[in-house]
Amino acid sequence: MWLFNSSVGRKVVMSVTGLFLILFLTFHALMNAVAVFSLDAYEAVCEFLGANWYALLGTAILAAGFVIHIIYAFWLTLQNRSARGSNRYAVTKRPKSVEWASQNMLVLGIIVACFLVLHLYQFWAKMQMPEIMGEHPDSGYVALKTTFEQAWVLPVYLIGFFAVWFHITHGFWSAFQSLGVNNDKWINRWKCIGWFWATCVMVLFAICAIALTGKFAWGWSCVGGC
Amino acid sequence: MENSISVKLKVWRQANPKAQGEFITYELQDIPTDTSFLETLDILNEQLVEKGEEPIAFDHDCREGICGMCSLYINGHPHGPATGATTCQLYMRRFKDGETITVEPWRSAAFPVIKDLMVNRNAFDQIQQAGGYVSFNTGGAQDANAIPISKVDADEAMDSASCIGCGACVAACKNGSAMLFVAAKVSQFALLPQGKAEAKKRVKAMLGKMDELGFGNCTNTGACAAECPKNIKLSNIARLNREFICAKSSD
Repeated sequence: MWLFNSSVGRKVVMSVTGLFLILFLTFHALMNAVAVFSLDAYEAVCEFLGANWYALLGTAILAAGFVIHIIYAFWLTLQNRSARGSNRYAVTKRPKSVEWASQNMLVLGIIVACFLVLHLYQFWAKMQMPEIMGEHPDSGYVALKTTFEQAWVLPVYLIGFFAVWFHITHGFWSAFQSLGVNNDKWINRWKCIGWFWATCVMVLFAICAIALTGKFAWGWSCVGGC
Repeated sequence: MENSISVKLKVWRQANPKAQGEFITYELQDIPTDTSFLETLDILNEQLVEKGEEPIAFDHDCREGICGMCSLYINGHPHGPATGATTCQLYMRRFKDGETITVEPWRSAAFPVIKDLMVNRNAFDQIQQAGGYVSFNTGGAQDANAIPISKVDADEAMDSASCIGCGACVAACKNGSAMLFVAAKVSQFALLPQGKAEAKKRVKAMLGKMDELGFGNCTNTGACAAECPKNIKLSNIARLNREFICAKSSD
């Protein structure tokens, strides 16, 4: 199967899963934004995405996307390191046109994965998981409150968002390049669209995190409906 | 002399493919700045021979930037700090008086060191042999206007064909990937009607050979295109991906 045993095929898998995860992040950011305007509406979203069959199916597909993307990342990196050989260069310089992120996608990915574990522990383990186990889940409000009332959460989340942003600024155009949907004209267009998209999504995440910290830690009463 | 510089050359010395290599620093006095980098190595080698030491082995041939034989990773750049130029087109005026210049061989598992700064680039020949040609007899030349080719395609194909197969792309790539080389070789045929007949077979064979020889996977950092002495563009890799994905999906 060429998706396993050819270099281009393995990159196609990285591209498709990566683009899927970017799409997921976009929806995730939009749903978070609901909480800033109305916690009641957010509660309805949480209800809708509880342990229903379609939410579970969606979660399973999403988890598979993450797992495949991560496994392939390590697999590709191991292959690439051995292709580089055991002798490293004594002096290396990064050409100006080479983005820092492009050479450090694994490092950024590991930071994102650590952030993901923390985030799943804070929300998924309190909301969807208990429901699957037949226990009483936390409401969206309780989960948000217990998370964002702690002072350390906001800086950690902002670092996580920054790592995701960096990761996507390279990942987005790189995905289209790997899929062959690129040429001399589109390479800068994809880079621009990717940068814009990543910035919009991650700024939206950051605004939500700041607003909710404002509500639960600093007493901003108007966040989530007055 | 104003137009002469003295430099220290920190050169990788390795007696044979299995020996443990090491850097040895040599001092060179009063090198005219109009001397090419390879001539500087020649001067150093003459001094070494006079002293009864083993001269430094390095690849070179045409010394006018078209054969693809010279290599060398100089101060962190394949073919040195100049852009769009090979090592033989690099002159000492690029360096400062008293500078230490680090000279290393290409480092990639698929390009093992033969001796000192020479590496075995036979892997590229093997990739070419896997399909980098048109295999059918085209007969006598047709009228030039019998098969029209657009100017855009003709230019692109010519640009791709300017790849000299020096291996700087592999040397520059943190993954030791040969994608830019394979992409250029596949593109020069894929863009023209003569190459289209065997396009699917060619891309599968050449890419398969590249993977088999232990080159890495492309992560689109673009270091290859930035360091390429012939300015082969990154869009060739997108074309290679496209050709390969189409060929595999139509199997």
